Amino acid sequence: MTKLVTLTIDDQPVSVPAGTLVVDAAKQIGNDIPVFCYHPKMEPVGMCRMCLVEIGRPMVDRGTGEVLLDENGKPRIQFGPKLETACTTPVSEGMVVRTQTKVVADARREVLEFILTSHPLDCPICDKGGECPLQNLTMGFGPGQSRFLYDDKIHLAKHVPLGELIYLDRERCIQCARCVRFQDVIADDPVIGFYNRGRRLEIVTYSEPGFDSIFSGNTTDICPVGALTTADFRFGARPWELKSSASICTHCPVGCNLTFNTRREARAGGNPVIKRVMPRQNEQVNEIWICDKGRFAYHYTESPQRLTQPLVRRGDGFEEISWEEAYQLAAQKIRASQNLLTLTGGRLSNEDLFNLRELTLARNGQAVLYSDMAGGDLTASYGLAPGSNFGSMGKETAILVVASDLHEEAPVWWLRIKAAAQRGARLIVLNPRSTRLDKFATHTLRYAYGEESQALATFLPGAAVPEAYQAAVQEFHSAENAVIVYGSEGAGLAASQGLAQTAAAILAARGKVGQVNNGLLAVWQRANDQGAWDAGFRPVEDLPAALRNVEVALIAAADPAGDDPLLAQALEETGFVIVQELFMTETARRADLVLPVQAFTEREGTLTSGERRVQRFYPALPPRPQTRPDFAVAAGIGKALGLDLEGRAASLVFLRLVKTLPAYAGLTYTQLAEVTPQYPIIGRSDLYYGGTAYDNHQGLGVQLPLLPAARPVAVGQSQTAASVTAGEGEILLVPVTRLYDRGNTVLPSALLHQRLAGKTIRLHPQTAAAFGLNAGETLRLSRDGWSAEAQVELDEEVPLKMALAVRSTGIPCSALSAVRLERLTVASAD
Amino acid sequence: MSQHILLRHRDIPHLDRLEVYQQHGGFEAFRKAVTSLQPTEVIQVVKDSGLRGRGGAGFPTGLKWSFCPNTIWPHYVVANADESEPGTFKDREIMESNPFQFLEGLMIAAFAIQANTAYIYLRGEYWHIGKLLDQKIAELEAAGLLGEGLFGTNYSLRLYTHMGAGAYICGEETALLESLEGKLGQPRLRPPFPAVAGLYARPTVINNVETLANVPPIIQNGAAWYRDFGTDKSPGVKIFSLSGHVNRPGNYELPLGTTFRELIYNYGGGIPEGRNIKAIMSAGASSTLIMADERALDTPMDYESLVGLGASLGSASVIVLDETVNMAWLAQKTTHFFKHESCGKCTPCREGTYWMTHILDRIVAGKAAEADVELLQAVAGQMQGKCLCALGEFSILPVLSSIQKFRSDYLEKVATPSLEVQS
Amino acid sequence: MNALRAQYPEEVERILAKYPAERKRSAVMPLLYLAQRAEGYIRAQDLRDIAEICEISITDVASIVGFYTLYYDQPLGRYHIQVCTDLPCALRGAEDFLRQLSEKLGIGVGETTPDGLFHLEEVKCIGACHRAPVFQVQGDGEIVFHENQTVETALAVIEALREQARAAKGEQA
Ligand SMILES: Cc1cc2nc3c(=O)[nH]c(=O)nc-3n(C[C@H](O)[C@H](O)[C@H](O)COP(=O)(O)O)c2cc1C
Ligand code: SF4
Ligand code: FES
Repeated sequence: MTKLVTLTIDDQPVSVPAGTLVVDAAKQIGNDIPVFCYHPKMEPVGMCRMCLVEIGRPMVDRGTGEVLLDENGKPRIQFGPKLETACTTPVSEGMVVRTQTKVVADARREVLEFILTSHPLDCPICDKGGECPLQNLTMGFGPGQSRFLYDDKIHLAKHVPLGELIYLDRERCIQCARCVRFQDVIADDPVIGFYNRGRRLEIVTYSEPGFDSIFSGNTTDICPVGALTTADFRFGARPWELKSSASICTHCPVGCNLTFNTRREARAGGNPVIKRVMPRQNEQVNEIWICDKGRFAYHYTESPQRLTQPLVRRGDGFEEISWEEAYQLAAQKIRASQNLLTLTGGRLSNEDLFNLRELTLARNGQAVLYSDMAGGDLTASYGLAPGSNFGSMGKETAILVVASDLHEEAPVWWLRIKAAAQRGARLIVLNPRSTRLDKFATHTLRYAYGEESQALATFLPGAAVPEAYQAAVQEFHSAENAVIVYGSEGAGLAASQGLAQTAAAILAARGKVGQVNNGLLAVWQRANDQGAWDAGFRPVEDLPAALRNVEVALIAAADPAGDDPLLAQALEETGFVIVQELFMTETARRADLVLPVQAFTEREGTLTSGERRVQRFYPALPPRPQTRPDFAVAAGIGKALGLDLEGRAASLVFLRLVKTLPAYAGLTYTQLAEVTPQYPIIGRSDLYYGGTAYDNHQGLGVQLPLLPAARPVAVGQSQTAASVTAGEGEILLVPVTRLYDRGNTVLPSALLHQRLAGKTIRLHPQTAAAFGLNAGETLRLSRDGWSAEAQVELDEEVPLKMALAVRSTGIPCSALSAVRLERLTVASAD
Repeated sequence: MSQHILLRHRDIPHLDRLEVYQQHGGFEAFRKAVTSLQPTEVIQVVKDSGLRGRGGAGFPTGLKWSFCPNTIWPHYVVANADESEPGTFKDREIMESNPFQFLEGLMIAAFAIQANTAYIYLRGEYWHIGKLLDQKIAELEAAGLLGEGLFGTNYSLRLYTHMGAGAYICGEETALLESLEGKLGQPRLRPPFPAVAGLYARPTVINNVETLANVPPIIQNGAAWYRDFGTDKSPGVKIFSLSGHVNRPGNYELPLGTTFRELIYNYGGGIPEGRNIKAIMSAGASSTLIMADERALDTPMDYESLVGLGASLGSASVIVLDETVNMAWLAQKTTHFFKHESCGKCTPCREGTYWMTHILDRIVAGKAAEADVELLQAVAGQMQGKCLCALGEFSILPVLSSIQKFRSDYLEKVATPSLEVQS
Repeated sequence: MNALRAQYPEEVERILAKYPAERKRSAVMPLLYLAQRAEGYIRAQDLRDIAEICEISITDVASIVGFYTLYYDQPLGRYHIQVCTDLPCALRGAEDFLRQLSEKLGIGVGETTPDGLFHLEEVKCIGACHRAPVFQVQGDGEIVFHENQTVETALAVIEALREQARAAKGEQA
C-alpha cells in the first residue's frame, strides 16, 4: 500500500497516495484545475502554465527538522514567491493549495490571454466547438476583450493533412504537445513532431504514409482544441447536435468500448447516420483509447451495397421473397434433410449464436465456428481469471506472448501489454519473426514456423530448455503471476489447438489458474470467437469435406467462398445453402436463400471479448427496413420448424442463454450495464480535460468465471503442422494477420484504402531468387484445386522457403501449408 | 592586472601549445588530483575557494559537484560552452587562446565526480573552436593525459565536443542536455536536477567554461590563495566582456568587486567621442537596465552588490549605452532576440515575447499610442513568474526596467506619432 | 543502402563513437552537419539516412532541423553571409553595415545572389561583440568568422569566396 498524504485544497482536506499530483488530488474532490498540456494518462510537462496555483508548505526548523507552529498551534505555512504548476507538483504532507484566490484567477486569465493571442477564435466553425476546454475556459476566465491587435495576429494554414486520416489546423494549435507525446510515449509511433521553435512551432509529420500510426485518431480526442480532426468527422457536424449510443467494437477480440455519435440527416431520409466513432472509457478494457480500425472501419454498416430483402435462387439469379416465405423455405429444406451444418463467424453476438445453436442442436446438426484458430474450450477453463486487468499488471507478472503479432491483431492489447512491460512486467515474446512488441520484451525468442508448441513446451516445469531459452524460462517461472497470450501466426487449427493445450498445461502445472492477473488469453481472429466457443460452436479441420457432405448449410457472418476457392467448390456440392449476411458475398452468391441481417449498429446484443468480458452494445441507428437481427432470423426459421425459439428481443434471448450456458449463469443485462467510478476522471466538459472519449454510463461488462476443466489438460501436439514440408517447386505458405486486411467489414471504408494489406506474399530475397522472382513481380500460387496470383515483397526476416501471406486478402491460407509457386511469365517490354 | 589567472595567454605567448602549457605548470593540478587526492578532497578545495558559477547563476561550484549521488552511475560532466548571451565573448577567448587550462579544469571536475566521460557543448557558431578543441583533445590522448588508466591509476577519462546549431536556449542547462541527447533544445522540468538525473538521466555536473578554467589554479595554489582575489562573498577573478559604447571593448579579467567606473573608464577607455554614459547592462541582453548615475558607476561588480542595484552580475557581460540610445529601441532589440530564441515550450514566453515585439515594433516605428506603453508593461508583468525557464523571465527585464527608468524615451516615440488612422 | 554512411563511412563511425551505443540519438546533430556539408542543406534522403543510423523516426530528425537555425531544409545559396545585428553590434554600427552590404551585393536580407553563391542573413549575437561589425560565413561544411569589418573588407571576403568557388568549379570541369 502506498502511503497516504494529507493536504488541504481550498480549505478542504484530502488524502491521496504519495506521488499524486496536486491537479489529480484536486480532481478527486471535484476541484477542476484547468489544464491544457497535462493529461492524466501521460507524464506531466508543465508547458502550458494554465494550472498555476498557490502552494504553501509547512515551515520546518532547519536544525530540528520539526514543523514550526504559529500562535494557534497550527503549522506555519510558507507560500513561495511564484505560483506553481499543479500538474507537475506532487502532493506533500501538510501542503496548502489555493485555487480560488485573486492571484490564481489573474494568472488563469493572463495565461489564457496569451494562448488566445495566437488563436483564431473560430469557435463557430470549429469541430471542437462545444467540447473544447479552451472555449469553456475562455467563457469562465477569459478576458472580455482582446488587447492584442487583430492586425498583429499570426495567420497559418488551416487545412493541413497530416495523412489521409488526420487534419491539422495550424492556427488552432496551442502547442501543448499532447499529440506528440501520445504518439511517442503511449503509441510508440513518434511520427508527428514539432518543427521550428517559439511562436513558429508547428506540428509536422515526415512519415510515409503521413501520420503513420494505427492509433492516430486518439490524438484528435486528446487535442484540447480543434487543431486535430479526423478526415471522417471534419466539418461533419457540431458536437451538440450529436446523439450518442454505446457500443462495442467488433473488429478484434479486445472489445473496445465505443460510442457512436449520430445525427439525423436529409441524405438518410431524415434518419440518423453515424457521424463519428469515439472511445468510451473502460479502464479494464481499452482505457480511453481505440485503434483507427475501430474508429474508421464502421462505414461498411452504412454501405449502399447492404442486402435489404430476402432473396431466393431462381436459375442463375435471385428473386425477392417475403420473410415468411423465406422462413418456410428454409424450414422445409432443413426438415427434409438428414444433416444440417451451421457455420458462424465470430462477428455475431451471443444472442445470435445462441439461437443458431438451439436451432442446430434441435435438428441434430453440427455447430461449426468459421475460424482457423482453436482453443476456446481451454480459455473457458484456463483463461484470464475474473478481475484480471492489463492496467494493473507490473513487475510481479510475466506475460508470455506466442505466435502473435499483437500490434496488428489486437492493437489495444498491444498498447496495454507494452505499458505493463514499461511498468516492469516481464514480457517474453516468442515469434518466428520480429514484431512491434519485441522492443518492450525482456526476452525475445525465435522458433521456426510450425514448431510453436515445441517452443512453448520448454516453459513447462521440468522441461529440457535450450540454451537460448533458459533466461526467459527462468524469468517466467520466478514471476508471481503468469499470463500466456497465444495467437495464430503461422498456425491453423491443429497448431493453435496444440499451442492452447501446451499453454494451459504450463499454467496448470504452475498453479496459475483462477487467480487475478493469471491465465490464458487467445488472440481470436474475430470479436466474439470466445462467445461462439462458449455457445458450443467448434471449428472443423476439414471444412470443405464437411460442407460437401451436408444437405443444408446455414451460414451466418462468414464468407468461406470469398476466402478459399476450395470452400467455394465445396459449397457448390452442398445440398441447400442458406446465408444470413449483410452483403452479397461470394458465399451469398452461391446460396440458395439469402437473408439480409442487421448490422451491429442497428440492434442490441452482447459480445464476449478475449478476456471473456461480456459486454453490451446498443442500437445507434434504426434498422434498414426488411433486415432482421441474426437471432431473430434464426428464431424465425426455428418457429417455422416448430421450435420454441425466442426472437423478439436480444434481452429475451439472453434470459434463455444464461439458463443454458454454464459460464453465463445468472448474468443479466442490468448487471452488464453497471458502472463503477473510474480513474482518471476524464469528463468531456471538464476544465481538467481528459479528451473527448466518452464517460461510461452504459456498462463496464462482466468478466465470466472460469469453468472447471473437463479433464486434466495434456500437452498439445501439433502433429500435422510440424510435419508439413515443402517439396520441389513449393514453398510453405504462412498465414499472418494484419489489421487492415481486405475483409468484408474493412473494404467498404474508403478512408482506409491507402493502408490495406495488398494481395502480396513476403519472401526472403534468397527464396525469391531461387524462383527467379524480383520485388513487385507477380507470381502464381497453386495447390490442388485452387490457384491465386500475388505480388512479391522481399523481407530478409522471412525464413527460407517460406512465404508470408496475409489472411483475408484473397490468398487462401488457413494453416501452414505447402503450395506450388511459379513465376508468372509476363510479356516483357523489351 | 599584470598577471592573469584565466587569460594567462596574454602573459605567456603560445600558451595554446601543449608543451608551453606544460612548461608553465600545465596538468600538474590534474595529475595531483588524480594521483594524490580523493575526489572528495578536490571538491572540498573548490568549495573552500568560494568559486561560484560563471555561467550566470553564480551557484557555488564545489557544492554543485557534491550533489551527485554515488548510487547511480555513470556520472557525466558537461562543459557549457554555448556562450550565446548577447554581449558575452569570454569563453571564446579562453577556448581559443588558453584551451588547455579550460580542458584541465574540465578534467579535474570529471575526476572530482568520478565521471569517465565529459562533453563540451559548443555553440555551433564556434565551429573553429570545435576543430581546435578536437585537435587539443587528440594531443592530450597522445600525451597520455586522457584515456585509460591515467598516471598509472585506474581512472579513465574521455572528452568529446558536441556542436550546437544556433539556439540560445541550449545554454540553459537542461535544454542543453536535451540537445545533447539529440532532441529539441527545450528545458526540462526541475526537479529532478541534473546533478541527480542529467544527461541520459544520470548524475551530471554542468559548468561554464570560465568556471572550469578557474579550477586548475585553485587546485594548484589552494583555496586560500584564490580567496585573496575578489571580495569576501564573491572571491576570485571574473572576466568582464565589455561591449557597446566604449573606446576599448574586449575582455577584462579583474577581481570581483571592481567598480563599473574602473572597468568602463580605466580599462575600457571611456565613452567614444566624449559622449555621456546613459545606462549599463551588466548581464548581456538578460539585464535589468542600470541607470548610469554616480552611485551605479561606483558600485563594485560582484554578485551581492549588483543585487543591491536591482540588477545581477549574470555572466558579467557589460554593455555600455551612451546618451544617443533610445531605450525603447533597445527594448525592441532585446525582445526581438528573445522572441527569436524562445523555444516555444511554455505559453507565457512563446506568446509574450511575440506580443511584446509587436508592440515595440509599433512604438519604435512611431505607430503607437501611450496606452501601448502601458500595455507593453502589462504584458511583461503578466509573463513574470509564470515561465518554465529563465529565458522568458529574462526577456522582460530590459522591457520593464526601460519603461520604469527611461519612460521619456518611450514618450518621445509615441509623442511624435504619425498616427494616421489605420484603415 | 545508407547513402550518408556510404559517403562518409569514417566520419559516421567517429561521430557514433562519441556517445554510448544505446544513445545513438545523440549523434543526430553532428550527422546533420555532415549531411549538410555537401549541398548546404538537408535533403529528404538525409533525413531518412540519419533516422536509420540514429534509430529514430524521420520526423524526429526533421524536428531537429526545424528547431536549430544553422540547419537548412532548402538550398539557399552556397555561402550564408550571416551578419550580426544584435544589440552590442548594433551599438557599433552593424545595422548600417548590413544595409550597405545588402545594397552592394544587390540583394535584400534573406535573399540569394543570382549566381546562387551568397545568401544574406541577419543573425543574433555570435560572440564577437567587441569586434563589430562582424559576420560569419557558413558554407562548405564550415563556419568562419570575419571581424572588425568594413563594407569594403566584407566585399573582399565575398569576392575571394567567389573566386574560390569559380576555381573549384574549374577544377571539377
Ligand atoms: C536562457 C539561458 C541561457 C544560458 N546560457 C548559458 C550559456 O550560454 N553559457 C553558460 O555557461 N551558462 C548559460 N546559462 C546558465 C546555465 O543554465 C547554467 O546555470 C550554467 O551552465 C551552470 O554553470 P556554472 O555553474 O559554471 O555557471 C544559461 C541559462 C539560461 C536560463
Ligand atoms: S521560458 Fe518557456 S518558451 Fe521560453 S525558453 Fe523557457 S521554456 Fe522555452
Ligand atoms: S502546465 Fe500544468 S497543465 Fe499545462
